[in-house]
Amino acid sequence: MKPIDALAKVCSDVRPAYPEEGVLGVLPRFVAAPAGVAEAAETMRAAAEHGLAVIARGMETRLDWGLPPQRCDLLLDTHRMDRIVEHAAGDLVVSAEAGTPIEKINAEVAAHGQRLSLDCPIFASSVGGTIATAAAGPRRLLYGAPRDLVIGLTVVRADGKIARSGGKVVKNVAGYDLGRLFAGSWGTLGLIVEATFRLHPVCEATAYVSAVLPDAAAAHEAVQAVLHSPVVPAAVECAAAPGGIEVCVMVEGVAAGVPARADRVSSLLGGADVAEEPPEWWGRYPDGTTLVEITAPPAALARASWLTGAATWSASGHGLLGLEAGPEQVTETVNELRAAHTAVVRYAPEPVRDALDVWGPVPALSLMRRVKDQFDPDHRLSPGRFVGGI
Amino acid sequence: MGEALTRLAERFTALLGADSVITDPVRLRTYECDGLTSHRATPGVVVLPGTAEQVAAVVRACVAEGVPYVARGSGTGLSGGALPRTDGVLIVTSRMRRILDIDIPNQRAVVEPGVINLDVTRAVRDQGYHFAPDPSSQQVCSVGGNVAENSGGAHCLKYGFTAHHVLACEVVTPDGEIVELTAGGPGYDLLGVFVGAEGTLGITTRITVRLTRLPETVQTLLAAFDSIESGGAAVSAIIGAGVVPAAVEMMDALSIEAAEAAVRCGYPPGAGAVLIVELDGPGSEVAHQFAEVERLCRAAGAFEVRIAAGDAERALIWRGRRSAFAAVGRISPAYLVQDGVIPRTSLPKVLARIDALSAESGVRVANVFHAGDGNLHPLVLFDDAEPGATERAEEVSGAILDLCIEHGGSITGEHGVGVDKSRYMPRMFTDTDLDTMQMVRCGFDPAGLCNPGKVFPTPRLCGEAPGVRKGVHPLVEQGKADLF
Ligand SMILES: Cc1cc2nc3c(=O)[nH]c(=O)nc-3n(C[C@H](O)[C@H](O)[C@H](O)COP(=O)(O)OP(=O)(O)OC[C@H]3O[C@@H](n4cnc5c(N)ncnc54)[C@H](O)[C@@H]3O)c2cc1C
Ligand SMILES: Cc1cc2nc3c(=O)[nH]c(=O)nc-3n(C[C@H](O)[C@H](O)[C@H](O)COP(=O)(O)OP(=O)(O)OC[C@H]3O[C@@H](n4cnc5c(N)ncnc54)[C@H](O)[C@@H]3O)c2cc1C
Repeated sequence: MKPIDALAKVCSDVRPAYPEEGVLGVLPRFVAAPAGVAEAAETMRAAAEHGLAVIARGMETRLDWGLPPQRCDLLLDTHRMDRIVEHAAGDLVVSAEAGTPIEKINAEVAAHGQRLSLDCPIFASSVGGTIATAAAGPRRLLYGAPRDLVIGLTVVRADGKIARSGGKVVKNVAGYDLGRLFAGSWGTLGLIVEATFRLHPVCEATAYVSAVLPDAAAAHEAVQAVLHSPVVPAAVECAAAPGGIEVCVMVEGVAAGVPARADRVSSLLGGADVAEEPPEWWGRYPDGTTLVEITAPPAALARASWLTGAATWSASGHGLLGLEAGPEQVTETVNELRAAHTAVVRYAPEPVRDALDVWGPVPALSLMRRVKDQFDPDHRLSPGRFVGGI
Repeated sequence: MGEALTRLAERFTALLGADSVITDPVRLRTYECDGLTSHRATPGVVVLPGTAEQVAAVVRACVAEGVPYVARGSGTGLSGGALPRTDGVLIVTSRMRRILDIDIPNQRAVVEPGVINLDVTRAVRDQGYHFAPDPSSQQVCSVGGNVAENSGGAHCLKYGFTAHHVLACEVVTPDGEIVELTAGGPGYDLLGVFVGAEGTLGITTRITVRLTRLPETVQTLLAAFDSIESGGAAVSAIIGAGVVPAAVEMMDALSIEAAEAAVRCGYPPGAGAVLIVELDGPGSEVAHQFAEVERLCRAAGAFEVRIAAGDAERALIWRGRRSAFAAVGRISPAYLVQDGVIPRTSLPKVLARIDALSAESGVRVANVFHAGDGNLHPLVLFDDAEPGATERAEEVSGAILDLCIEHGGSITGEHGVGVDKSRYMPRMFTDTDLDTMQMVRCGFDPAGLCNPGKVFPTPRLCGEAPGVRKGVHPLVEQGKADLF
């Protein structure tokens, strides 16, 4: 049987790929969109039998991140797997299939005064894509990233078998936590098909307190004052702004408490504006053709000379720098950053990608390869897209 | 002692010095069990390394001899995770107790694995910080053990578990390499899977922990109810109102009786259940929500609500709860501590079923639980002098776990699987689930020498590493060789 026939036998939506469906220029042969977990498993099994290289596609907001795949036969599209499987409101947990947009979850649970505390400014991001890329926005400071909010995960392995870890309760230490392992694995370990998240109550009130500080050192002092105070901010973000660096602190809580906390933050920042809406740059990517993500401890802000132009910094220890420059200049900037921090090039035009090491140095790489070899011995899942050629 | 162990003991003495190696049978017996005393085995050799390099050298020596090894922190684990092997080596971290760095601007501290949990908080409290994971054993348990068990405490309802408070671990891998695993770096989140792996993926030798700002205000109340049902209804109402308390603890009549006998905690007489609710955070936030919590408790039928006026009164409220495990020792010659989790909303149903189980079997069960997250600690009471009583108690204890699974919960919320519960794992997970978890283990420890026999009921055969080498050769990667 030809691969496409084998796929069509088990999956209700299979077709040849369109020319515009290349992943960073690598054109898949087929696209399959299974309708549910069982169908996804059968599709993966058929792909295994035919030795097909598989790349998962969520809502395609970040499919152009990372490196181009070494090969890609099958694009496995999750958009038909968009069921909210269960919302246990009294237990503050929700389970959804991998193709479910995060926004859909939030719309559903909002009716019960709940939310998934992952910032998700790209409207369409899917559950699977969000976990696979470990995506998190400003509120990571208080609520964490997908690794912290996923309490149960179901995946389809390279060989088509369905495996689950964790469960439906927040407190659970039975077995290894594959949810944390798959968070940020970029589709290289298996296909995420369903996830269970813990939820939080929606807060009654929110305030954003902003001030522009003259330079990184002053911004650092201000941020430190807030972090070491007991106001418990939900997020503390900085952005390069005309006249220096704008620091914006998000405070959420009960309506009776937020104004006093916002006032306190305002005085810690040396007098600041309090607003109900965030500044325009909040939770967005800085502009640029290349995006660099910097990971460093909070105090790195004091010497963040890179925080100019199109750049943001989160007090959770993550910075984003947008660059509009050629390979040489980007390489120089990235190397400077890497002298002190971890810096990963999230996306970049081809000439830039070719000129530098996108992922940068990776500690424990050989251990990662050994884990990869266990999960995907034939290297068919998103081959070559991840660190060290994984 | 077998030949391999004899050779190893000599090797360890040469590497670490005689005072770091124990082979004397009497001294070895000190290490024969952890907090789960029903499982015992005298270790072949005990070593007390002082540095990561020494741990790595010990591990490499074990690997060379094909001898299994087990890490041990303070030995307070309740699932037999640190149960040694008679044919193996026990690596104890009690000489690795230095706090290496305290970095307040970056809200983190770097500690050796043997550092006692509470000592981290003691070292930073003056500066307004604490290490948030607070297992009840925090005065004795080690941070390395917390990492292995992904421990939590009463306050993990709001603050999360150890996994959320560890930023990096230096790890001696099962082949004796020293690597740094970090959260948020490029590549797989190996740290995320290492935490909670119960010492089966390597030994951590240095831990970077997150420090959390102490809350501005703490408010605690004790509410007494006629029954567990009305106490449970109060918990549901609190959570339903969008309050995230720092802790919500509940005790039933039997455990209250035991605590009263043991520490005279003075809980309201006649209570069928007491609830302890603690809120913490910014003053303005707590004041408002605390009033709400009090109102909800009364609305659910609390006949008495006591509010702690200060730290001393707060300690008094907690005293009964904290003493509960030890206290049942006073009303029963022996008891089993169970640790299971259910979705919080199933609490009334499951407690009724536990009652029924207890009535049918004639085995008394005292219930103490972290009510906010559905983590039950039923204490199954029995008289070990009575023939068959131990077996009956174990049966009831196991049946409670089945109830947890049936209601979509877990067989352990904080004590881990260890040797104690590996046989229950197939009730919660399929063979494929367990096989998949063990793929991680095979990646880390293909020889299966690092704390074998724990967590999984049957080991996965790791097989040969793929014959065709994929990716870059390790020597090339380390810059030590080039391939032409
Ligand atoms: C302000 C802001 C902040 C953000 N912060 C971050 C951040 O900090 N870090 C970050 O990485 N991203 C971040 N994102 C990016 C974005 O939110 C995510 O990358 C997005 O969630 C991906 O979802 P998707 O459905 O579009 O996935 P796609 O773009 O379709 O896929 C993304 C990747 O995930 C893989 N994948 C998709 N579905 C699955 C599946 N079911 N199983 C396995 N693998 C799968 C794909 O193969 C691909 O490699 C941020 C976005 C915004 C706007
Ligand atoms: C009275 C009492 C109350 C308790 N209350 C709680 C509670 O509230 N919450 C809770 O979560 N637990 C609780 N526990 C269980 C126990 O205290 C925790 O699991 C604790 O984290 C174990 O730490 P330890 O240093 O004693 O570890 P040990 O018992 O020595 O070891 C536990 C496991 O960790 C592994 N290990 C130890 N050190 C390392 C290392 N450096 N690297 C890798 N693996 C290692 C061991 O191999 C073993 O598998 C309680 C125990 C007792 C006795």
